[in-house]
Amino acid sequence: MTYMFTPLDDIRAMITDPKYTYRQRVAGLANLAESLLDPPPVSEECSAALEKRIICDMYEGNAPYRPRYLLPDYDVVLKNGSQFLELPPAKDLDDALAFLLIMYSQTPSITGYPVYFGDLDTLLLPYVDHVSDDELYAKLKRFWISLDRMFPDAFAHTNLSPVYNRVARTILALERELLQVVPNISLKVEPILTSNEYLLDAVSTVFACGKPHFINDEMMQQDLGHDYAAVSCYNSLKIGGGSHTLVRINLKETVLAGTGGVDEFFASTLPYYLELTAQLMESRIKFLVEESHFYTSHWLVQEGLLFLNKFSAMFGIFGLAEGVNALMEREGASDIYGHSSRADDLAYRITSTIAAWVANRPMPYCDGNDGRAFLHSQSGIDLDLDVTAGTRIPIGTEPPLFEHLKTVSRHHHLFASGISDVLSFDDTAVKNPQAVVDVIRGAFKDGMRDFTFNLDSNDFIRITGYLVRKSDLAKMPSARHGSTYLGAGSVADSHVDQRIVKRVMSHESSPRASS
Amino acid sequence: MRAHHAQVADVIQFSWVDGPGNRFVLFLQGCNFNCLACHNPQTIPLQTPLAKDYSVGDVLEKIRQSLPYITGVTVSGGEATVQHEFLFDLFVAIKAAPDLKHLTTFIDSNGNAEKHVWEILLPVTDGVMLDLKVLNNVKHLELTSSSNTAVLETLKFLASRGKLYEVRLLLIPGQNDSNEELRETAQWLLHVDAAVRVKINSFMTHGVRASSRAWAEVTDEDRLRYRQVLMEEGILDLA
Repeated sequence: MTYMFTPLDDIRAMITDPKYTYRQRVAGLANLAESLLDPPPVSEECSAALEKRIICDMYEGNAPYRPRYLLPDYDVVLKNGSQFLELPPAKDLDDALAFLLIMYSQTPSITGYPVYFGDLDTLLLPYVDHVSDDELYAKLKRFWISLDRMFPDAFAHTNLSPVYNRVARTILALERELLQVVPNISLKVEPILTSNEYLLDAVSTVFACGKPHFINDEMMQQDLGHDYAAVSCYNSLKIGGGSHTLVRINLKETVLAGTGGVDEFFASTLPYYLELTAQLMESRIKFLVEESHFYTSHWLVQEGLLFLNKFSAMFGIFGLAEGVNALMEREGASDIYGHSSRADDLAYRITSTIAAWVANRPMPYCDGNDGRAFLHSQSGIDLDLDVTAGTRIPIGTEPPLFEHLKTVSRHHHLFASGISDVLSFDDTAVKNPQAVVDVIRGAFKDGMRDFTFNLDSNDFIRITGYLVRKSDLAKMPSARHGSTYLGAGSVADSHVDQRIVKRVMSHESSPRASS
Repeated sequence: MRAHHAQVADVIQFSWVDGPGNRFVLFLQGCNFNCLACHNPQTIPLQTPLAKDYSVGDVLEKIRQSLPYITGVTVSGGEATVQHEFLFDLFVAIKAAPDLKHLTTFIDSNGNAEKHVWEILLPVTDGVMLDLKVLNNVKHLELTSSSNTAVLETLKFLASRGKLYEVRLLLIPGQNDSNEELRETAQWLLHVDAAVRVKINSFMTHGVRASSRAWAEVTDEDRLRYRQVLMEEGILDLA
């Protein structure tokens, strides 16, 4: 694997650069130490594709010793207690909140912070019967502030269940009061169970702080079963499981690596690089499972919060827009993704071909998806230049909302482990929140999996999927959330802020993944 | 005019400013006012090469493209009631189609239509957004080249039938926005409908004809004053 720095210089920089907090330094140093090891072995062809960045390991590290995304079943600890943590079962709300904070501090991850906090309304509902509304608000408020201050990473994610309840209502009210980056929130929307009142409450919360985003519960349950959650930024996986790794293929570079048109692309170029992507995944999964011994030694597995057989791996794609446009050009056409049905049809042919290929390619230790990887529309990292996240339409070229939804929604059913589009809404939405609810419900009826929108006028901006505060970006350098640095890189490089007045600023090149 | 066909100025698949929820909006060509402040003067003449000819079936097909996303359909203009035979046919067709009948049907109108037209339309219409340009009839003649007698009658009639969804005031600095005018308007409206919902539309020079381009645009300060005066008078539902 290639890194664009020399380790000693970078170790020194990590230690001396005043913009990092202590914890960011420790995590950075651990990444650098890992990068001194040789990566899991792959073929020469695979190495060459990695060199050219046609495929990408998301800078997970050369020696994966914890899964990329893991979703502990926190309910087990609350109900049964934990031997490892010496905790009895939780008896009341105070116990539950304290135990959860302890759990999060003990949950391994790629960023150092958990990507999943549990479906917090569901987890806490059994403990609130004898708690008054005021008490609930006060206790949850302390907990919510703790989440943001102890786990300052915008990829840390909670989910809300489809049914409006006291805890969910309190959480949304707290979000509007606290305006925190953490936690990221997804609301599971079921066409009948999720009430209009609930959605209006949630939409008004988005107006205030950019959260929650909305996920298609029916589609998720079909693909992942009842116990699933959206974690990090838009990765949908099984609770009690997760994803060993995330590897992605750059469709723009894949097209450019071939020389012919559409026929050659489907006949040889695409399958060749898909296979190399799969090889890279396979090698990394085998190292994690067979060499690092995570799944036999970690207490989360030993105490029944995680199960190897609920894990799979995420096969990511990105740069669909540029890939399609380049292929059209090869065919002598000027059709552009998002603006021509011919280009849009080609895009769908590409994603559905990849989906069929991935569903057909055995992958070791992926019992969580019948021995196959999950397809994922990867929403980008801060180093991506001139290439668009996943299957999205390039920023700045988006058609009007109706056409935008029609273009992207057809792809969504193919991507069980997550896909997303960030839609930019103006202030007319604020005066008509029901219209936003209509669009969300319509999008799900039309086959969208995940619905997220930015309101131009609030302090929050979604970068590739995670949130940063515009006011934090303006304060750079020196931000408390590690993810703010990634945001700054994305804003500086890929113009995600063209939806807003441009403000920023500095550049940070530490290769950390942001999905 | 042939039945079942209309001259259409424009179609919008999604609108968030033409009634409740997300709506499909049909802008019919032709208006029976000639407002100085009109921001779409090209929609005033009934016959123009810019307009497109649509059948009811054509419109239904367009609506079906937006179907999963919308709460309803709004017909605007121009002035929607100028082509009221088509409007009636369209709403009847929507209410009769099994896949469309859940949609609410709204009209955005200047109110300048006879009572018998509304009598025909209301059974298939769920709500009307009504423009009130100005209460004073002399001023109304000045601003629109027409009397507002029919508008005020329409407003009362719609309110009595429970179909007045919203009254829209297009406020123009120095023309119809004095505190006195606002107070009078509010009192008259409350007299007609104690729960009336009022929406303030602010005059902008964008799109208007040269004759009114010199008028001042509404400022944030103006908007604040409008809201304050209307609320003081007792307008509770102020969009």
